[in-house]
Amino acid sequence: MKEIMLGNEGVARGVFEAGATVVASYPGTPSTEITETIAKHNEIYSEWAPNEKVAMEVVIGASIAGARSFTAMKHVGLNVCADPLFTVSYTGINGGLVIAVADDPGMHSSQNEQDSRHYAMSAKIPMLEPSDSQEAKDFTKLAYELSEKYDVPFMLRLHTRVSHSRSLVDVGERTEVPLKEYKKDINKYVMMPGMARKRHVVVEERQAALQELAEQTELNYIEMNDTKIGIICSGICYQYAKEALPNASFLKLGMIYPLPAKKIAEFAKKVDKLYVIEELDPFIETFVKAQGIEVTGKDLFSVMGEYSVEMIAKAISGTNIETLDVKFEEELPPRPPVLCPGCPHRGLFYVLKKLKLTVTGDIGCYTLGALSPLDSIDACVCMGASIGMSLGMEKARGKDYARKLVAVIGDSTFIHSGITGLIDVVYNKGTSTVIILDNSITGMTGHQHNPSTGFTIKNEPTKQVDLVQLCKAIGVERVRVVDPFDVVETEKVIKEEVAADEPSVIIAQRPCALLKSVRYTGKVTVNQDKCTKCKMCMRIGCPAIAWKDGKIMIDHTQCNGCGLCLNVCKFGAMEKVGE
Amino acid sequence: MAITSIMIVGVGGQGTLLASKILGNVAVSQGYDVKLSEVHGMAQRGGSVVTYVRYGDKVYSPIIAPAGADIVLAFEELEASRWANFCKKDGTLIVNTQRIDPMPVVTGAKNYPLKTMNELVEKQIKLIPVDALALAKQAGTVKAVNVVLIGVLAKSSNIPKEVWIESIKNTVPERFLEMNMKAFELGYNV
Repeated sequence: MKEIMLGNEGVARGVFEAGATVVASYPGTPSTEITETIAKHNEIYSEWAPNEKVAMEVVIGASIAGARSFTAMKHVGLNVCADPLFTVSYTGINGGLVIAVADDPGMHSSQNEQDSRHYAMSAKIPMLEPSDSQEAKDFTKLAYELSEKYDVPFMLRLHTRVSHSRSLVDVGERTEVPLKEYKKDINKYVMMPGMARKRHVVVEERQAALQELAEQTELNYIEMNDTKIGIICSGICYQYAKEALPNASFLKLGMIYPLPAKKIAEFAKKVDKLYVIEELDPFIETFVKAQGIEVTGKDLFSVMGEYSVEMIAKAISGTNIETLDVKFEEELPPRPPVLCPGCPHRGLFYVLKKLKLTVTGDIGCYTLGALSPLDSIDACVCMGASIGMSLGMEKARGKDYARKLVAVIGDSTFIHSGITGLIDVVYNKGTSTVIILDNSITGMTGHQHNPSTGFTIKNEPTKQVDLVQLCKAIGVERVRVVDPFDVVETEKVIKEEVAADEPSVIIAQRPCALLKSVRYTGKVTVNQDKCTKCKMCMRIGCPAIAWKDGKIMIDHTQCNGCGLCLNVCKFGAMEKVGE
Repeated sequence: MAITSIMIVGVGGQGTLLASKILGNVAVSQGYDVKLSEVHGMAQRGGSVVTYVRYGDKVYSPIIAPAGADIVLAFEELEASRWANFCKKDGTLIVNTQRIDPMPVVTGAKNYPLKTMNELVEKQIKLIPVDALALAKQAGTVKAVNVVLIGVLAKSSNIPKEVWIESIKNTVPERFLEMNMKAFELGYNV
């Protein structure tokens, strides 16, 4: 039976059908739906781990114990778990292990555009790349067999346009796979220098075997057509190129590490002009050139952003598509993403801007606090970085500077990798103020539970990390809890904590407005008689509040009645109706 | 069949994903090869959002480039202007005439363009304007803007009306079905 599925759902289906029994991941766009979909199957133990490194370690343990296991992450998540990744390459596996990593060319929802293929090469772990949802499922299933055959984890490289595109998938049955026998084997699983030196020999022998696999596998196939143009490509670029150049010949690579040198040479001989079409870095192109084969790639195509059918057609065939003349007289204003109406973070950023603080930021919806009119964040690098960065700023510029400096971090991000930063602040005598934005959920990736919410991936109640007790145990003596919608109290508390000459944590607690449990009622209207047109309410950057025809107006299709603007208006001009 | 390419554009939170799901299921039920592409994560937070739907005998690319769409279904006027150049020369632009101010307009840094629809008409682009917000209110909820627009799209397609109704039934929750059917009819009869 064929079903229309996201690429991510295809991967999930492959994991299910392959009989995997242990799955651990941390959410990250565009990979999140893989694990969410798997969690619906009761045959599989699944979890949201605190971060990608822990997730990877859980599935390595499960694999050693004999289970088919799986983890998924976004490209930057692979950085977090790079440490276990490089060494599981040495230990190899017991039960099959598949690691999915989703790249995000064009950065739809990411802070960089890194190319995960380099990890496969440096960790010496084979990598497959599907180009649609059917391949996503098929490659995942095949990866389990290959993983067990070659005693190595297999990586699956995804792409936003594969993960988040829907196409038809032939759905099959699950095969229950019994646990493999676990035998204690310290030479294989304990990586101390003496054992690791021996395992490195195994890794290099395996590399040779995998190179042979790359030559033989049906994942890499040639489609001969007109021999004037030959295209080497993989993943989503195959789909673009097939449509752009229907008459060309193709070498379609389903296995992108190691690469098949002989097959590439064979294909190169058959065509007059050879191209590599690959987004991001010249990974395949560099390899082809190293074989002494003439090829065109990045001379024609960018190392940045996404490609398209039209871009490829234009670059290779010179086809120019006639577009509509739609230049407008007026400028079209951009529409950057914004915090949702009712977002709990809005009140906090309003206060931070008012206090003119330097703010180190972190990864989540609240990174949007960097944009106008909130303009509150000075730096944002990666998950958990806000706390370390604020300590670094303090150490660079001195304690006085810390008196106007805060770090902001979400609850899930704090658990992910903020705790160690806070320990550093306390241990190394920093005086930073850390604000944990506790909205009771992992928001940006679409509402996943985390250790601070008190529920598991399957919505089962579990122990909840007590953030106040945790901070105190680390050694932070000043821990305060505020409601960010109470802007007066929030301002007072932030002033006091920033002034304190010791580490402090403020937990700004209010749930995400999109949670089903959050029910704001009524709408706000402006009492125009009371409104002095001071525009203070516009500083909170609420999409429902606008300045129109010389008046403050509320857009009732957007207002959800959260009431933050009532707390900001000093003249009582904001009034709730319809409660 | 040659490939039909439809782009759904709007503002994050307007329900464009549900609309693309309904459309995708319609195409699947007709036995076509289908690809849809969506955007999740950061871009969904009130930003400009785009969904691509393509169907035909064999579809390769899940996305559509400028001048590649047979129909651009725009949930908002400014977004219609922004993505109009994705319409083929003989393509159709269906526009919900609702205006949602983007943040730079809200803060007063930029103005909302008011004449772009007239300019598109002057350029003789096939344009179907619809006040989907008013029709959705008439159906009982402002949230049904997406299904009103699916109704408009259904009318300009060559796929039977019943197929669309079936897809809506299979996509929206039971308790909202009546309201959504009303919204669909209002859109279909524009």
